[in-house]
Amino acid sequence: MIIIFAVFLLTLLVITAIGIVRAENLFVAVMLTSIFSLIMAANFFILDAADVALTEAAIGAGVTTVIFLGALSLTAEREKKVDVSRGLAICVVVATALVLIYATFDKPRLGDPEAPVHQHVAPWYLSETETLIGIPNVVTAVLGSYRAYDTLGEVFVVLAACIGVLFLFSARREKKNDNTLNSLTSPKSIGLQHHFIPRVVGRILLPFIILFGLYVQFHGEYGPGGGFQAGAILATGIILFALLEGEQRALAAIPSRALLWMVAGGAMLYSLVGVVGLLLGGNFLDYSVLSTDPVFGQQIGIILIELGVGITVCGALLSIFHAFAARENY
Amino acid sequence: MELLGYYNYWVFAIVLMIGFYAVIVSNNLIKKLLGLAIFQSAVFLMYITMDKVEGGTAPIIQAGVTDQIYSNPLPQVLILTAIVVGVSTTALGLAIVVRIKEAYGTIEEDEILAQDRPS
Amino acid sequence: MMEQIIDIISWIMLTSGGFFVLIGGIGALRLPNFYTRMHAASVTDTMGTFLILGGVILQAGFTLAAIKLLAILAFLLLTSPTASYALASAAILSGLKPETKAMLDEGAKAQ
Repeated sequence: MIIIFAVFLLTLLVITAIGIVRAENLFVAVMLTSIFSLIMAANFFILDAADVALTEAAIGAGVTTVIFLGALSLTAEREKKVDVSRGLAICVVVATALVLIYATFDKPRLGDPEAPVHQHVAPWYLSETETLIGIPNVVTAVLGSYRAYDTLGEVFVVLAACIGVLFLFSARREKKNDNTLNSLTSPKSIGLQHHFIPRVVGRILLPFIILFGLYVQFHGEYGPGGGFQAGAILATGIILFALLEGEQRALAAIPSRALLWMVAGGAMLYSLVGVVGLLLGGNFLDYSVLSTDPVFGQQIGIILIELGVGITVCGALLSIFHAFAARENY
Repeated sequence: MELLGYYNYWVFAIVLMIGFYAVIVSNNLIKKLLGLAIFQSAVFLMYITMDKVEGGTAPIIQAGVTDQIYSNPLPQVLILTAIVVGVSTTALGLAIVVRIKEAYGTIEEDEILAQDRPS
Repeated sequence: MMEQIIDIISWIMLTSGGFFVLIGGIGALRLPNFYTRMHAASVTDTMGTFLILGGVILQAGFTLAAIKLLAILAFLLLTSPTASYALASAAILSGLKPETKAMLDEGAKAQ
């Protein structure tokens, strides 16, 4: 029964992708991309990847759409129609697609337990995590402990992207001549204040969103969750507040300086855990030496680095959003 | 079940090529970035397809239940990293597009190239 | 006996929930105007969600999953009508006027 559902979702994926390419109005294309990410998250869930589905829904359907809309409001809204023959491009694309489809006949069938990908490291992870680390969620164990070095690199990539966006937007553009309105009272920064219903509902929902983000952060070891999803959910909640009450009030709640401290502080916390492991006699990012009981040390290490990851991701996404939102007032 | 396995890979190939087509053919810079986002999502689909084991469930070890088959956790970890890196590069790309718009006044590729060409 | 009654009720709720979602989808495609299409889409948000989630809650019994489903139902019922309201007021503020019967009659007479 689930096969029909899976086939239907995959077909919907192809149709949405074609819709995105053919949409001329860029707003429509961005909305279709958000729907595409949500369908992709449903597909991931059918394929037993619960953590990845949560991340794709939170980051792909949530944050990416907001950043795209922020960029759209600063640039054009429609695509210009160009009358050029696309024959060569279509031929190349169709030929490559056929070659790829021909190559996929060599792959193992879906769900084969004898496939090579299930043979070498994965069974060891699944069997040894209970004794070595002691947490139920194997994905968090692999992400936080066995492959912690990769996750450190990823946190630094988020930090670098945030720094890059802030650098790109730090140059002021030429002031327009009729910029006489004080930016605090101009309509762009008061948000949706003349809408009564979304503001009330937003105020009711915001504590629950933040509570849910914290739940996902600290329950990453027992169920799907972890630092990345929690950071995205927290950032989305505060972006909702900024949309409803105006960007100035969101900046008054969490000022830019605090955001910069969050972004750098999370990465610093992560590296600090690694260095403390060095100072206590183990390797870099070795958590077993953090406590007298190595299993408990592993759990302490994973909680600390997930906290660092969550803080950095939340700060970075919020900084990027504020950078895009504030660009109009320059 | 066999057709479904192949269907996953075929959808991956088709969506990959649709995204690639959007990147090479679009004149608009934001459309190119949207095509890139579709391209990345298709690659994620292929990796996650590889992690499913028949009769398995999500790799969260349930206490007290022995001989339960779990799906492979390793591709999920790789794709978790890839999704976050993807959103970072998309944000950076969009910031560059906004700056291009401010410098050239347009985000259509042919107009930008016409402005750059020494006349 | 109790399980059979619960099964039958949850079957009825799930099927009728799917039926309402289908009606919402057909309405969103076939109705003429933006505001009428939004009316159809909001059927999916409220009636369809309530029936489908109610059917699943009956199947889940008295476990933790049922409480989580109740929370999801509460949040969906709170946010979906707000989203419809925000969409409709954005449409009014950007100048899209709902066509009244008088305007349609004028248009028909002018042709």
